[in-house]
Parts: sequence; C-alpha cells; structure tokens
Amino acid sequence: MSEIRPRVGVVVFPGSNDDRDAAWSLTALGAEVKMVWYADAELPAVDAVVLPGGFSYGDYLRAGAIARFAPAMRAVADFAVGGGLVLGICNGFQVLCEAGLLPGALRPNTSLSFVCRDLRVRVERADTPFTARCEQGQLLTIPVKHGDGCWFATPELLSEVEENDQIVLRYAEGGNPNGSVADVAGVVNADGNVMGLMPHPEHAVDPLLGSGDGALVLASFIDAARDRTLAHA
Amino acid sequence: MRATVLVRPKEGILDPQGQAVESSLRQLGFPVDDARVGRVIDLEIDAKDADAARAEVELMCERLLANPLIESYEIDVGDDA
Repeated sequence: MSEIRPRVGVVVFPGSNDDRDAAWSLTALGAEVKMVWYADAELPAVDAVVLPGGFSYGDYLRAGAIARFAPAMRAVADFAVGGGLVLGICNGFQVLCEAGLLPGALRPNTSLSFVCRDLRVRVERADTPFTARCEQGQLLTIPVKHGDGCWFATPELLSEVEENDQIVLRYAEGGNPNGSVADVAGVVNADGNVMGLMPHPEHAVDPLLGSGDGALVLASFIDAARDRTLAHA
Repeated sequence: MRATVLVRPKEGILDPQGQAVESSLRQLGFPVDDARVGRVIDLEIDAKDADAARAEVELMCERLLANPLIESYEIDVGDDA
C-alpha cells in the first residue's frame, strides 16, 4: 500500500519561503504534492494540506494576520472544519492561530532575537495523525528559525488546552527558545485534525542535514493522508 | 472621515518590546517604571457620520486590526482624530 502517494497541497502565500522545502520533503517521503496558489479560492483534490513557513505578507500587522484572509485560506478553513488534515509549520502555525483554527497566539520571542538553530522537542502525544511514528516522550532534534514563536495562551485557555490534551510537542527542559507558555512547541485542535508547530520538520528529513527526526512527523502526516486516500478510494 | 486606532498589548501580557524600551530609557537616566509598545493605525474612511464610522472601525478591529486574545484597542473618530 505504501506505493499509494497521497495528495498533499502546499499553500504558497506571498512571502512563503519554505514552501519548496516542504514540497521536496513531502515528495521524498512519499506524497504527491500540489502547490496551491494563495489567490485560488478552491483547493485541488487533496488528502491533506500544509501551510509552510516563511513571512506571508511580510508579517505585516501580526504574523499570519493577513494570510488568514487569503482566498486559499478560506478553502483551507472549510477543509479543516470538514475534518481535513492540516499541518501548519512556523508561519503556517501563526496563520492557523490567527484564523482561529488552533488555540492561542504567537507573539515576538521574549528575547526579541530571531532564533535559528537545532533544538530538541519532546513528543507529548504519539497518538495524533502527526506523530504516530514517534514514541511518547521521544526527543526529536528539529531546527527552529523564527522571531515570533512565543506561543501564548491565557491561564484559562491553557488549562482548557491541557485538559483536552492538545499539546503535542514541548521544548525539552531548559531549551525553550522563545518564552512560549508551558514550553509549547506544537498544538492540535480539539478534533485532532489540525496541528501547528514552530520547529521545521521539513528541514530535518536527512541526517546529512543534521537530523532526520522531522521525517517522523511528516511521514506520520503522510500515513494519515494515505489512510484518507484509501478511505475515499 | 478620519479615524485612529490604537492597539496595545493587553494588560498582563508580556511585552518584550516595551521592556527593551524601558531599559533603554532607564539607561538614559529617565525615571521610567514601565513601558508598553503598541501600534497606531490612521484610517480615512467613507461613513455618513461618526457613529457609523466608529461601528465600521470596531468591526475592522475585531476582524483584522487587533487579536482579541492578546491585544486591546481604542478608537478615536472625527476630523480631530
């Protein structure tokens, strides 16, 4: 069954810059990638969608605030609400929070410095479509590169998110690069079909580039997309 | 009609930009205890009167100009705004 290549849409916003990296990695891991132009109001036939990293609309106003209203994002929101698998990486995470598809908001790093380095994140949940190939508690080495990665939630929102078990990835102890609340690096929505994370799994799919751990996340996502292809077949 | 929107980080939200400004001002010798950095958006809009303009700008704030989880906003409408 592994020869079935699930179709994954990668949305290209003005200012996206990791769209091709995401496409390359997803293709290498077995997906058939369709690039989706931000101005298109409809998604092509896809089994899953990735919102890539970058600086959509120059991060003007707030990171992700303007991309949220791009025509393609309305289609992505409908897709997500209908149960479609959506993965937002870095800027994609910011867009999903601004769109209200994920809880919280991403604020400037508390250090005010742009951080760009490999770091370790702990898998808090290995039972999501995005982490099924990982083990609970596993430490993954994946790079981050962001200026606005400080995930924020009010105490009330944080307890809701924790009660629903929506925190999927946390920065390893002492390694929080941005001051995020509860060391959050990645969250899912309550239904479990939409995930956002600040680290870049698409930059860590080959040990030659420092780490292959990001492939666990992307391959999990592709497995889940493939299951959906088969369900529709 | 002119309208001005003032967007601020909500009370209690950590504002690293404000902290950097505060510490710079202190280094310059100013007796500053706190600084918060917000954003001003000046708008020129079509509206029949100030109330209509305010209602319209309120919607803009809710939908785009502010993120209600982390930011509060104030609206000033009128030609002296």
